[in-house]
Amino acid sequence: MEKLFKQINQTIMAELQEGECLGLGFGGEQSTFTRINAAKVRQIGNVDEADLSFNLIFDGRRSTGSISLSGDLEEDLGRARGEFERLRAEVVQLPEDPYLVLPESKETSHSEKHGKIPDAENIPEILLPAMGKVDLTGIWASGRVYQGSANSAGGYHWFASDSFSLDYSLITPSEKMVKATYAGTEWDQTAYETFLADSINKLELMSLEPKKIEPGDYRTFIAAAGVSDVLSMFSWGGVSEAAIRQSESCLGKMRNEKVKLSSLFTFSEDFSSGFSPRFNGNGEVAPEKTILIDGGELTNTLVSTRTAKEYGVESNFAAEGEGMRAPSMAAGSLKESDILEALGTGVYLSNLHYLNWSDMIGGRITGMTRYACFWVENGKIVAPIENMRFDDSIYSFLGENLEAVTEKLQINPDVGTYDGRELSAIVCPGILLKSFSLTL
Amino acid sequence: MDLHQILSGIDVRADWIGLRYVKENTGFRLVRDGKPESNTRESKQGVMVEVLVNGQFAYYGTSRLDKPGIQAAAERAVKIATAASQYSLHSFGVDARPVAKGIYNSPFQTAAAAFSPGELSELLIKATAELKVSDKVVTTNAMARTVETESHFVASNGSDVEQKYLMVSADYSAIAHEGSVTQKRTDGGLLAKSYQAGMEVFNEADVLARCRNIGAEAVELLTAEECPTGTMDLVLAPDQMMLQIHESVGHALEIDRILGDERNYAGWSFVRLEDFGKLQYGSPLMNITFDPYVENQFASYAYDDGGLKAEKEFLIKDGLLIRGLGGKESQLRSGINGVANFRASSWNRAPIDRMANLNLEPGSSTQDEMIASVEKGVYMTSNRSWSIDDYRNKFQFGCEYGKLIENGKLTKTVKNPNYRAISNPFWRSLKMLGNEETFEVYGTPFCGKGEPNQIIRVGHASPLCLFDSVEIFGGA
Repeated sequence: MEKLFKQINQTIMAELQEGECLGLGFGGEQSTFTRINAAKVRQIGNVDEADLSFNLIFDGRRSTGSISLSGDLEEDLGRARGEFERLRAEVVQLPEDPYLVLPESKETSHSEKHGKIPDAENIPEILLPAMGKVDLTGIWASGRVYQGSANSAGGYHWFASDSFSLDYSLITPSEKMVKATYAGTEWDQTAYETFLADSINKLELMSLEPKKIEPGDYRTFIAAAGVSDVLSMFSWGGVSEAAIRQSESCLGKMRNEKVKLSSLFTFSEDFSSGFSPRFNGNGEVAPEKTILIDGGELTNTLVSTRTAKEYGVESNFAAEGEGMRAPSMAAGSLKESDILEALGTGVYLSNLHYLNWSDMIGGRITGMTRYACFWVENGKIVAPIENMRFDDSIYSFLGENLEAVTEKLQINPDVGTYDGRELSAIVCPGILLKSFSLTL
Repeated sequence: MDLHQILSGIDVRADWIGLRYVKENTGFRLVRDGKPESNTRESKQGVMVEVLVNGQFAYYGTSRLDKPGIQAAAERAVKIATAASQYSLHSFGVDARPVAKGIYNSPFQTAAAAFSPGELSELLIKATAELKVSDKVVTTNAMARTVETESHFVASNGSDVEQKYLMVSADYSAIAHEGSVTQKRTDGGLLAKSYQAGMEVFNEADVLARCRNIGAEAVELLTAEECPTGTMDLVLAPDQMMLQIHESVGHALEIDRILGDERNYAGWSFVRLEDFGKLQYGSPLMNITFDPYVENQFASYAYDDGGLKAEKEFLIKDGLLIRGLGGKESQLRSGINGVANFRASSWNRAPIDRMANLNLEPGSSTQDEMIASVEKGVYMTSNRSWSIDDYRNKFQFGCEYGKLIENGKLTKTVKNPNYRAISNPFWRSLKMLGNEETFEVYGTPFCGKGEPNQIIRVGHASPLCLFDSVEIFGGA
């Protein structure tokens, strides 16, 4: 695939005319998907696709586009030239853009991560027998993902990575569930079967008679998987500098009214784990680590070069939408073995579900508890709880009500596939809250 | 490309083989505060090759469109299906893919090409100027989205369906700010004005008038009282009913969810197979239809992606649940009557059960009669927040704009209106239903579901609705 991208890049860049600046992006995947229900194959197949994106700047104007690539050089050069001509015809009709970002980065990088991934036709027989009679529903996704970027200033980046993930739910006859994700780059049958057996064992706790709890404020522990859902909300009306400037951010209070979160809360964009590439669509390379909230204080935001130009601030080479690509929350000091004792009496939430801002500007999030969530009394798990709705503000549960943070960090791979298989992961600990508001 | 010729040349041993070619051009233009933010077009094309071997379907989606590429994809799909057939959840026959022949074309008056990029940009710039009704409006956005789709499906059983769509979405929004208060108003909720229509949607006089109103209401909300907290009557505008129908009826009735396919992602459903024909889902006023032929509605079509012909069907009749949202595969697996809703987001995804046009049929009450009947309540319009549990029971929704209803009259404007409830009791509390005059058609391009994930377009239409004794509350 890189050869195809390089050849198209060389050909199209050589055809640029005076005054034209161009950025090209490449995205693609060769993926196998196996959808599982009741430990059987529901749907199975492969997807091979690749896209080429264009960012054309001419005479203070900008037009962008993307096309599907077939993998055949002659065919794809024809498609690329056709799209380039369409953009040339359009860009002169558009209004001037005062915040244009010319592709100026000359940086280059190259990363190829090869793994050991099972062939598509072998996946049912390596996955399903180990499930035995347990009711397991989930999705296997595997294969190679590609990203590339090139520009008319000479910048060039390539990133390719093999990976697999089995994201699944185990379900008891009384419909209690445990969630797990087995992911990696080197398939190991023994390690998979051990991981699966461990999560099947966790189902035993769910066989206890469930407890119905009433709406109210409870001492609460949210495990890392749930915390990752909360942190992902910061990419939507959160850490974006543009969102704050345009009054569409939950962090506006921190910027404008100097409100602080808990000193225990430190949150960064941190690429050191290597899951996702540091280059953005303009070929700009972000710092390896940018601390956004340091000990509860807003110290940085994600700033794209476009936003930097508009508001006269410094870019930290965020992607154009200023969403997080490598979210990471700092660990605390609460030991795993001490979580239940520290919680005392309250609720233990393994996972959250369907989060949304109920009041973005106020920082209030609503969502559901899901999967292995328990009522805990005097440091001991008593019973699973029925799913509850929560509705609480980050200024409360990540503020004065944040009591402790676990010392262990968990890697939560993003298994999303809406725009192709995601490459990122959220690294975070669990959090202990003095109070958390359950409403329905 | 000649799909028939390619299909006839494919040499594999399968009980059935289908090719679904999709080409889709999505144009998106966004202007913020009079300046261009985005002028982009995404053009995607590819073929989904699907085979049936030993009762198991397998697919191979490829963007390689020549004969060798599609032959190779078919061979791989056969190999995968053969291996997986030892572990099939359900053994299908060829009846899972009925023979379909036909065409469909979206209705529209003005073609997408009739508006040049410059003309559309100029209109959007004017729109942001109209939105800024005062200095208190700090951010204005105007966006236009056009989607042109061609789909051609051929199969070894003789199916041959060509469907062409033109879909247009628009949204205009204003954010107003004063002191510590920030409020946003859109044109009925983000991209709720999504239609199968042409560029006639961008009638300048209409657009600019709507923008002035949106800007004025954003400013009005700055000084509005907080929505009161309490249990009281709730009147929902059709643009909020769109979300209400979608989340608490549509997803709950998807048969693949009820069969457990989505339990690891979107979730299950409180509805069970044995509930069809028995469950009183809502009050007797509630009539929900799957209707693929409402003029200009966003998710109209003639055939689903499995080849089933789309027909109007009642899912809930007089409040009683009678039919599910399931295509042919789900109907064969469950034995429940369904509809033609086996749909894929594009060529690179396999079809699953999706909503299409799912509507609440109008009743007989006028808006004045409904408001007059309320002693104390809140009217809410335009969705801004949505969340519901994995069984589609406990929901909490928020709107942009509210009005108090006191002693039968709309009185003060209120900000941050929210409500929460549980699906069945909520629908059973539907106590008045607006007539045809209150009936409005909406849609959204953004319904997410499935593993691997898929975003698909849906349409929802509803009259004004009055619900009894709902938990209502305000903002932070």
